[in-house]
Amino acid sequence: MASRRDFLRVSAFGIGGMFVAAAGLKLQASISDLNERSDKLYLNLIKTPTYCEVCFWKCAGWVYKTDEGEIWKIVGNEIDQHCNGRFCPRGTGGVGMYHDEARLKTPLIRTGERGEQKFRKASWEEALDMVAKNLQNIADKHGPETIALLSHGSGGKYFTNLIKALGSDSSAAPSFSQCKGPREIAFLNTFGEEVLSPERTDIRDTRCMVLIGAHIGENMHNGQVQEMSDAIDKGASIITVDPRFSVVAGKSKFWLPVKPATDIALLLAWIHVIIYENQYDAGYVEKYTYGFDYLKQHVKNFTPEWAYGITTIKPGTIRETAREMANASPAVIIHPGRHVTWYGDDTQRLRAVAILNALLGSWGRRGGFYQPESMPVPSAPHPPYPKPRKTWRDALNGKFNMTELPLASEFVEASLPDSDRDLQYKAWIVNGTNLIFTLPDQQKTIDALKNLEFVAVVDTMPMEITAWADVILPECTYLERYDSIRNSPHRLPSIAVRIPAVDPKYDTRSAWWMAREIGLRMGLDDYFPFETQEEELDWQLKELGTSLEEMTRKGVKNFERSWDDLYIAKGQEMEFFTNTGKIELYSTSMAAAGFDPLPVYTKHELPPAGFYRLNYGRAPMHTFSRTSNNPNLTDLMAENTLWVNPKISKIEGIENDQYVWLENSKGIISTFPIKVRVTERIRWDSVYMVHGFGHQNKMLERCFGKGASDTELMSIVHKDPVMGGTGMRGNFVRIHIEKPQEELS
Amino acid sequence: MRYAMAIDTKKCVGCSDCVVACQTENHVPIGYCRDWVVEVMDGTYPQLEMEIRSERCNQCGNAPCVRCCPTGASHFEEGGLVLVTADKCIGCGACIQSCPYDARYSHPDGHVDKCTFCNHRVEVGGKPACVEACPTKCMYFGDLDDPGSDVSKVLKTRKSKTLIPEAGTEPYLYFLI
Ligand code: SF4
Repeated sequence: MASRRDFLRVSAFGIGGMFVAAAGLKLQASISDLNERSDKLYLNLIKTPTYCEVCFWKCAGWVYKTDEGEIWKIVGNEIDQHCNGRFCPRGTGGVGMYHDEARLKTPLIRTGERGEQKFRKASWEEALDMVAKNLQNIADKHGPETIALLSHGSGGKYFTNLIKALGSDSSAAPSFSQCKGPREIAFLNTFGEEVLSPERTDIRDTRCMVLIGAHIGENMHNGQVQEMSDAIDKGASIITVDPRFSVVAGKSKFWLPVKPATDIALLLAWIHVIIYENQYDAGYVEKYTYGFDYLKQHVKNFTPEWAYGITTIKPGTIRETAREMANASPAVIIHPGRHVTWYGDDTQRLRAVAILNALLGSWGRRGGFYQPESMPVPSAPHPPYPKPRKTWRDALNGKFNMTELPLASEFVEASLPDSDRDLQYKAWIVNGTNLIFTLPDQQKTIDALKNLEFVAVVDTMPMEITAWADVILPECTYLERYDSIRNSPHRLPSIAVRIPAVDPKYDTRSAWWMAREIGLRMGLDDYFPFETQEEELDWQLKELGTSLEEMTRKGVKNFERSWDDLYIAKGQEMEFFTNTGKIELYSTSMAAAGFDPLPVYTKHELPPAGFYRLNYGRAPMHTFSRTSNNPNLTDLMAENTLWVNPKISKIEGIENDQYVWLENSKGIISTFPIKVRVTERIRWDSVYMVHGFGHQNKMLERCFGKGASDTELMSIVHKDPVMGGTGMRGNFVRIHIEKPQEELS
Repeated sequence: MRYAMAIDTKKCVGCSDCVVACQTENHVPIGYCRDWVVEVMDGTYPQLEMEIRSERCNQCGNAPCVRCCPTGASHFEEGGLVLVTADKCIGCGACIQSCPYDARYSHPDGHVDKCTFCNHRVEVGGKPACVEACPTKCMYFGDLDDPGSDVSKVLKTRKSKTLIPEAGTEPYLYFLI
């Protein structure tokens, strides 16, 4: 009889916890009266609408409270297109963000050196005065454009308004240069439009989906996971390209265990097959695309046999999978992925993805990519922003010209002591992003932080980044505040609101309030015309034909599309937002900028002997490093593990559950050891871990020292010359059974 | 009436939303769980197969836990549900030992606890919290005696299995394969 011990228990402590009488854990009610109360609540509920802030998907939902007024549970809003009434584990466990006793509780002012973690409590009055005074000094001394904002999440809007009002346009989110930037630039230069978020992939109606390194299901991008499940139900085939046997690889008709860093060769071979076997959508290609003949010539020699030698994928499999896609055309998606900053030629890889989609006619077609629409939300009226004397592009010194957005990683470069950038930053405001765990090459980030004249960090949790702040402003969680109106593009334009379910715990405040208070202290009153956020929201919502009162009842409102153009109609004339007005197989902009107008495969460095490529990814129960201390989510997954192939475990002499240290090729050793997971699910030339663990801030009691940080081992960064994305998958590690001594340099 | 649940292993991604949805819905203290996710691997790289499934109490028709309970705390209820009356439970743990699925745990309040198919929700026409939360919609719940229920319908069209059938417990938790 199979016993459960043969299995890997993915989640929760079940067995371990069952026989342990844990002290101090108390149910709020006994089972019998709980049932009674739940009955009542189930029928007669007090619910507040919100949209989730545990990740960027921003699912709209309802927060339920107990009779005692405590937050009980969070569930999805039925009419929300992001979640269709179903949250993901992180969203369901979002209650833990509110309950986490490690939260930042009061404003803090630094007393020791930066990074030393020595702070004293301060009043809001004192903390805000200090932020305003420092920003003003820097604006007077160096110019307001030297103030930069690095943010991720809802608060970014308000601080962007603040720095723009001051005269700086340097507001960056790592979600671009460390994540989806190459994808957006590649698609922009092919179709004239970005993929956007939520992605415009029409997965629910697809007949074939190709995932390249994208592990949907492990990355819990809710709507995508849901639609993938629907597509599986309807019999769609999935082709997964991944050196690791991901969860979705286990659900795929074809799993192509590609040699890491060779995806472009595979893509070029697929393009070759589709063109030379005449499998492309000829009518679509002729009507809508530019540069087919160049492309055909370009891929002439990129045969499956050529790709076999590079990717280790058999020519027969390459042909078979190419035909599988073509058979499904146009209801086929070569998925562009989301975190795509891998090897530094990422824009080119994503261009190949875009080209393949164009050949199969999937852009703008049912089951391929739909054309999303969003609801324009008016911003609070204010005078025009002053023109910045220097812009964020001046901090790039002519590099990465094809980027459309500021680059968080280049803000670091422009903040270093020996920076030669035309614009150099003197102050950072950081909101909702743990830069130490977000940006590769940690030492550089730390050097920049040491060199800045002023650093303010706004967050709900103590994080590695908060250690570097001069002033920490504690933000209340999304469950305790209003926020801006969510108007992300989707099949139907829609809006969603976030209404506080409870009052802020501790002495915490919303980013809206903080940005305004700082603005008022700096004489920027005109840019903050509303005294309360309720007034601002009500004004905005009335402009949209609704009101705060109505939205507090409904949470979400979907509108009719302004045109019936979810898909391109048959034979429809189309003008794309590119130089040629066509879908550019051959990119005229890339040619003009001196880049390969058609993607080419370049060989990437292989791990040296004794080293393994460090691969990383997501777990469905965590978001980056931000949820690692969440009591509910830590309960599901408390630490990351190092996946190694059984062959490697033999060679290295390591076993399951043993803790090991990692050292990268630059001699950097992981601060903490990581538990080994021996599994057939990974190739022998790489190791894998989930990103976001190995926290170094002792205030994070639950997750401090649990697992290893992939980011600290990323000292080699392959920058994408096209748009400045930071390729992070060119790092190699070796395994140590004992903690090695750091070499003194 | 006979409540049952079917879980589609082809769709389950093992995200554990069922676990946390159950924990919050039923106030299961942190560190404990009434449902959990299991991943079973087979083969060697690159010839691999994987099954992922969400497990919980099987609400057995022939429940060893009910049989061995000295106080009658573990009992059958309407629809075949196996439930524990907390007030009657003395926490002896015999049922924990007898369950071949490891579905029960000792609650820190001193009684045994396990999945109830969220009978408090089901009674008022709802579905178990896990079923309603699951982002992949891989769980089907309902009355097997009603041919129109979600679970009856899906079991008619799909191949399924139960866990450890040789234990003779008559489990009512099905896995679609
Ligand atoms: S996908 Fe999950 S974490 Fe992200 S917004 Fe939705 S519910 Fe929240």
